[in-house]
Amino acid sequence: MTAWLVRRLAAAIAIVLAVVTITFFLIHLAPGSPCGESERQLSPEVCRRLRAQFGYDRPLAVQYVKYLWALSHGDLGESFALHRPVADALADAIPNTLTLAGAALLIDFVLGLALGVYQAVRARRFGDVVLGNVGLLFNSMPTFWLGLILLLVFSYWRRWFPLGGMSDPVLCPTLSTLRCVADRAWHLTLPALTLGLVGAAGTARYQRAAMLEVMAQDYVRTARAKGLRERRVVLVHALRNALLPFITLFGLAFPFLLTGAVLVETVFAWSGMGRLSVTAIFQRDYPVVTASALVASGMVVLGNLLADVLYAVADPRIRVRSEVT
Amino acid sequence: MSALTWLALAGAVAVALLVAEEAHRRAAASAAGRRFLRHPTATPGVFILAFFVTLATAAPLLAPYDPAFQIDIVHLQNHAPSAQNILGTDVYSRDVWSRLVYGARISLGIGTIAMLVAVTAGAGVGAVAGYVRRWVGAVLMRGVDVGLAMPRMFVLLMAVALWEHLPLAVLVLLIGLTGWFATSRLVRAEVLSLREREFVAAARAAGAGPTRVIFRHVLPNAAAPIIVSAALGIGNVMLLEAGLSYLGLGVPSPLPSWGSMIYDGEPFMAGAPWTSLFPGCAIALVVMALNAVGDGLRDALDPRKETA
Repeated sequence: MTAWLVRRLAAAIAIVLAVVTITFFLIHLAPGSPCGESERQLSPEVCRRLRAQFGYDRPLAVQYVKYLWALSHGDLGESFALHRPVADALADAIPNTLTLAGAALLIDFVLGLALGVYQAVRARRFGDVVLGNVGLLFNSMPTFWLGLILLLVFSYWRRWFPLGGMSDPVLCPTLSTLRCVADRAWHLTLPALTLGLVGAAGTARYQRAAMLEVMAQDYVRTARAKGLRERRVVLVHALRNALLPFITLFGLAFPFLLTGAVLVETVFAWSGMGRLSVTAIFQRDYPVVTASALVASGMVVLGNLLADVLYAVADPRIRVRSEVT
Repeated sequence: MSALTWLALAGAVAVALLVAEEAHRRAAASAAGRRFLRHPTATPGVFILAFFVTLATAAPLLAPYDPAFQIDIVHLQNHAPSAQNILGTDVYSRDVWSRLVYGARISLGIGTIAMLVAVTAGAGVGAVAGYVRRWVGAVLMRGVDVGLAMPRMFVLLMAVALWEHLPLAVLVLLIGLTGWFATSRLVRAEVLSLREREFVAAARAAGAGPTRVIFRHVLPNAAAPIIVSAALGIGNVMLLEAGLSYLGLGVPSPLPSWGSMIYDGEPFMAGAPWTSLFPGCAIALVVMALNAVGDGLRDALDPRKETA
């Protein structure tokens, strides 16, 4: 187990390093420079000085080695568009993304699980068919478009929710902490619902299939034959075993907690990682882009690893084979 | 819309019905086809797809206006749906229905071509990685690991934002080339089990080289996961294109794609919701149909994985 874990960790680090390298060279080799081509033109003199100051006039290979060296010391560099260390910018954006993604995942998993179990129990009956098709519809629409519709209906036609942003910038400082948190939750509702509903549609499909597979097993028949109530058979005997594949979903959703949703964050003006990285790409803010790629790929790899470890812990039938990755 | 356009629309519906009917008739003749039909939404899915493909191919007949034509820039901005413009007009006084019809060409076209690129790459790499065991396969799969760890939207955004004014063809190619990693894993898994079968050994014993074995004997038998991921892949690409367009990085104006139509209409969402509502509905409908057909195909082609 330990040897396997070490090997997996080494592979994970190699993958993240590869992603960072690809991102680094992609963004540096792209045409254009951080000095800005169109808007806010800098004079060539200033531009040259800035490039020298940030070391962008050195050969690319030298810059790459310097970047890796700094990275190995935990230094993510300095953002020149934001005039602050990249680590600070990330530290500001990550809690916002974590809030939104966490709330969305909560809706996703709770709703998806409940729907999936319900659909499996009522398989091929009316309720299952209707929910299945509604879920398919949610799964088929662009997520940001659903966000736009929810905004239109619940913020514009019915003024129940704010039009965007994360909290009221004027009101919040004057309110008590509790009221401020409530204001935050109020702003959070629509974006979290957008992401959560689309996610729940997928989760329900997955959970329904897992549940149906388990319900056909012998031990479920045994439980029924013992005379247990159907409720107990479904919620205790079947559900526990149908939760195993859930680990895969968790592993897949894990990166989302830190990378966030680029489009939905844009729709709702939510200043999280998604918006940070998009803005950085547009501004050619090299260090921020590479750092976002680092975070994103790191979370993907970590999510996979976490899922594998959880499987090994949760399911004694699974013997970890290092062959299978 | 003139009577002629209505007639053409009725014709399109009729064609789609005929196609769905014919597909149903043919499917009912085989066991696999009947498994496909058992999926309740598969046949309606075929109908919706046939309808939109007809729209795309017969666009000049069905669209009363040129998609870029500005009917009356002064009086017809963001005009609500009416007898003249059944889906209304957008801010540049262009007919939303006409743009939707021509947009079907671009959106479905991008989806199909990018999917073909992705499936070809995925099947090729997966087959080689599964069949050639030594270091070649290992290196390829490590590459796939890296590809899967790169967020697709992020890579595309970088490419599109950094190389401004990317030609549409390059964009489509890029979407395809960032979408094959998962397919290659599926295909590799399939090939790994196929390569141990007797018929492969027989082909090799008969003197077939690795290329012939892979393309003539192994890949045709791995067709099921490839076809299913192709059906689901088109929908994914369409959603991706919509997302890129929403950030202003997709299909350049005035070319109509459904994603760029949402983008054009978004600032006027409150006053003229039809401009982004209808293209979004079109995307949702087509992607839903693709998913339904994909699910049906999975049941039909892969009886081992019986999903209810």
